[in-house]
Parts: sequence; structure tokens; C-alpha cells
Amino acid sequence: MGWAIALHGGAGDIPLSLPQERRQPREAALRHCLQIGVEALKANKPPLDVVELVVRELENIPVFNAGKGSVLTSSGTVEMEACIMDGTKRCGAVSGLTTVVNPISLARLVMENTPHIYLAFDGAEAFAREQGVETVDSSNFITQENIERLKQAKEANRVQIDYTQPIQKDVKEEKPEADGGLVNKMVGRIGDTPIIGAGTYANNLCAVSATGKGEAIIRSTAARDVAALMEFKGVSLKEAAAYVVEEGTPKGNVGLVAVSATGEVTMSFNTTGMFRACATEDGYWEIGIWPSDVQK
Amino acid sequence: MGGWAIAVHGGAGVDPNLPLDRQEQAKQLLTRCLNLGISALRSDLPAIDVVELVVRELETDPFFNSGRGSALNENGRVEMEASIMDGPKRRCGAVSGLSTVKNPISLARLVMDKSPHSYLAFSGAESFARQQGVELVDNDYFITEENVGMLKLAKEANTILFDYRIPLGMESCAAGVESPLQMNGLPISIYAPETVGCVVVDNQGRCAAATSTGGLMNKMTGRIGDSPLIGAGTYACDLCGVSCTGEGEAIIRGTLAREVAAVMEYKGLGLQDAVDFVIRNRLDDGKAGLIAVSNKGEVACGFNCCGMFRGSATEDGFMEVEIWNQ
Repeated sequence: MGWAIALHGGAGDIPLSLPQERRQPREAALRHCLQIGVEALKANKPPLDVVELVVRELENIPVFNAGKGSVLTSSGTVEMEACIMDGTKRCGAVSGLTTVVNPISLARLVMENTPHIYLAFDGAEAFAREQGVETVDSSNFITQENIERLKQAKEANRVQIDYTQPIQKDVKEEKPEADGGLVNKMVGRIGDTPIIGAGTYANNLCAVSATGKGEAIIRSTAARDVAALMEFKGVSLKEAAAYVVEEGTPKGNVGLVAVSATGEVTMSFNTTGMFRACATEDGYWEIGIWPSDVQK
Repeated sequence: MGGWAIAVHGGAGVDPNLPLDRQEQAKQLLTRCLNLGISALRSDLPAIDVVELVVRELETDPFFNSGRGSALNENGRVEMEASIMDGPKRRCGAVSGLSTVKNPISLARLVMDKSPHSYLAFSGAESFARQQGVELVDNDYFITEENVGMLKLAKEANTILFDYRIPLGMESCAAGVESPLQMNGLPISIYAPETVGCVVVDNQGRCAAATSTGGLMNKMTGRIGDSPLIGAGTYACDLCGVSCTGEGEAIIRGTLAREVAAVMEYKGLGLQDAVDFVIRNRLDDGKAGLIAVSNKGEVACGFNCCGMFRGSATEDGFMEVEIWNQ
């Protein structure tokens, strides 16, 4: 028992040769965000507040693909998505945001202040203005690095999924995600992140955040399946997560972080790596990128 | 064991005082759509083609809330959504926020077949539609006079109307549920949503599901419901195909369509038991219904509100079109 927290900054084909100057700021960001979450938990903040707080921080850090630093669509624009859910299965989601500084906070406002769960594109932007959340010109989300990546993706004529892909984090019963999506994605593309049961899920047993290839996560309803295995088969959090990653989804596609109501934490992936961090009340903590037996 | 099966629905939650001629109209439409699907199955069309064909027909007829006849959003426009899923490889496609695409379900199919993605929405989905050359019509095509009147009523009542055909103040199908009803923790007026859907297993045991809707009357612009969400409104895998209808937010939260498959897969329940389990245990206070087929050629439906427009048929000659509880 006790609190537990896990967060991730995306799973994918992260080369073991990742240069130090790219690796270091990402590890520092993971550590920084974990620290913020742990402190909030120690201050007895409710899990829903903690996940929102931590994801806001991840969104504000440009090295991960969420908020500032979101990857670009084929038109060079940013379209951000996010989702938040708590153990009572209340949830909120947003897609197609272009000016909202912290998509995760707008998802929470959809959950709390509308009769709906999910708002997208112009309607979501209008709701953001009505609620008075912070907005900026869309150009503020665009980094030089992402302009370069779009250029490369366009030259290769493909949709790119790479190692600074999505972002999310998870605490106790709550689990939010925020994600800018794929490099060179089609305008209007919705990924797994805002979809309850795919990228995000929480109930009274556990909370799960998945990352990787959105289309694979959607069809495997990865996040819900971790909970469904615990609920219907009575397996543990670790077994359920391992099953989804090893049996339920194709290799190279999916990673997830999850916590259980009993304070367990697990981080599984079938990709080369996943930017991830976790901590539990009994003092355990971990920050990693590659599998622990590979990582130096 | 084996053989094809098909089920269609036109929404769960029916006004108990629905005039008899409207009931008859609904039954005729469901029967026509069932027969269309049955002929296609007899011609050995794959399940995925059959669900698309049947839902196109439901979208084209203005009676139910999808395609022509879609509910109107707060701005008096339609924003349609749909999704389709093919069981064998769990391929899927979804669309939201369509305002000019005559048959949203076919665009969802094209997202599945012709794009690297699973889900496209709003202007991006409309651009994709133009690029794919699907039939486009003016937004006015979808708007019926009846729906304009219902939006006006909904706006006067400052409420989101689930069923645009139920006059305000009339006891709704959700009678027995405390009023005011809540959705996502906030009050709404009447529960009685509509959507259309079709599930099919062909005689090779392949399952597919498709769902299409105009959403809620007087909904906020940009609102996405359960219909386009894989695992919520629509799901298909090797074992079964499922299409849901009802209170979207409850269906999303309950990941309702996936639940039917999950309890079959992880709990080992049969199709009808799985449907009953999900309707009983996974909806909390929400109102919804669903149709499902299994790879064994079984068909099942379930709902916890008063009535669902539905029809089903199997290869051994069974055929049924119903509105009320059995």
C-alpha cells in the first residue's frame, strides 16, 4: 500500500547510441517531473491534482512531444491531444488543440465543467477561451528541432514515430496523457492518447497510460485491457501489463506505465526503449530509457 | 454452430408513446436494411462490406439520427461521426466532425483502408474526403425540418436533447430514473439517444461492426461521443462484433463494446452471457444498448432502457425486428 507514481515520455525506437546531449536533458526532465509528483504526493495532494500537475510540467518542457515541443502535422502545424481519468471513471479528453498551453488542464475542465467527455478542434478551442485557460500563438509550441524532423519525414515521405514521442504520467488511480502525435501526421489525425481505453484508462483497480504507435494501441485497447485482465482474470498488475505488451500488441509498437490501487507500479514496453520514471512510498524509484539489462 | 448472422440497430431509448405509424416506419426501415444485409451475405460478401453497406442505407434514410436526419449541434449544423472495425486483424477506421460527407461510414472505411491512421476528424477528415473523392453534399442536405424544430425546443429549454423526437415534458423512456438526469455529472433533460449500427459475422466466421451517428441535439460544437471510439461504440475481433448506442459518456467510460469481447476472452463467457454481464455491470447509472454477433454465428442484444430499435437474422432462418422489451 501507499502511494505510487509512474510517468513516461514516450516509447519507440530509441537508439542505444542516443547522444549524451540528447539523453541528458530527457533524463533530467523525467527526474524533475518525478520529483514534482513525489513532493505533491507527500503533501497529500489528491491523485487527480498530482497527475495534472506533473503532465503540465511535461507539456511545458520542450524535449517531449506534448505542449511545447509537440511534433508537427504534414502542414507544419501543431494539433495537441490529452486525456485525464480518475478511479471513479470520470474522464475528460481533448483533440486538435492549437493554442492551449496546457492541453491536460483543458481535458480536466471538459471532465468537470461540461456534460461531455471529449471536445475537439474548433469546439475545444472555443471552450478553452470560454474557460479562460492560458492560450498562446501556435508558433510558440513549434521548436526548431521539430521543424527539422518534419522536413526529414517529408523527404522520406513517411509518418515518423520516434523516440521523443508522446508523454504521459500516472499516479495512483488517475492517469492523464498529453500528446502532440506523430511527425508528419495528417491534419485531423486522432491518436490513442485521448481515447479512453486505448491510451488512457483508470478504474478502482489500476491506472494505465500507454504510448507508442497509436493505431496499434487503439485496436488493442491496451490501457483498458490491463485493467480488464486484472478484473476478469484476477491477475496482478505486473502480469496484466506484461500480457498486454507481450501478447496483446505487436512487437515494437507499445509501451505502458501503470499503477495499482495497492500501490504497485509497473513499466513495460516492447519497443527499443521508453522514457520512463517511477517511485513508490517505500522509497523505490527508477528512471530509465532502455530495458534495465541493456541500460548502462 | 457456424453460418452467418446479422443485427442492426437504430438507437436505444425509445419514447414509450411513440405513435404507431412511427413505430411501423422504424420497423419497415430496419427490415429493409436487414434484408439488404442478408442478400449481401447470401452473395458471400465479407462481413466488413456488409456492415458498411447496411449502415450506408441507414445513414441515407432520414428516419434515424445518422447521415441525413442527424441531430443538430448548438449552431444548427450537423457534425457526424462513425467508425468501422474488421474482426480478423482488428483493423479499424473512424471519423468525427463531418459536415458534408454523405456517408460517414464509408469515409471511416477509407481511413482504415487508405490512410496510415485510424481516426481523422473535422477539417482534416473533410480534406481526406475530398482527396478520396467520396460523395459530398451541402450541410443542408442532412438537416430535416423536424430537427430544426427540435433544436429550437432544446435551446428554449437550454438543454441537450438526447432524443429529438420526444417532446419536452413528456415522460421519457428512461422513466423510473430520477430527474433531472445527469450526464457526466451535469444535468440533462431526457435520456433517449439514437445512433445506427450493424454487426455481422459472415459464413467464414469473420466478424465486423459499424456505428454511425449525428450525436446529440444541441451538443457543443466539437463534442465527440462514443460512436467513433474503438472499444466504446464499436469493436470487433476474432470472437465477436459489437455496436453500442445510448448515453455516449457512459459508453465511453465503460469501454462498452470492448467489454463484451473482453469478458468472452478473459472470463470465457458465451455471447449472450457476455452481453448480459456488460449491460448489468458495466454501465453504472448510464443507459445504453448494444447488438453483437459471435464467430459461431450467434446474435445477441441487450439494453437497460425502455426499448431499442433493432433487428436480427441468422442463416438458419431466424429473423426478428423489435422495438420494445421482450
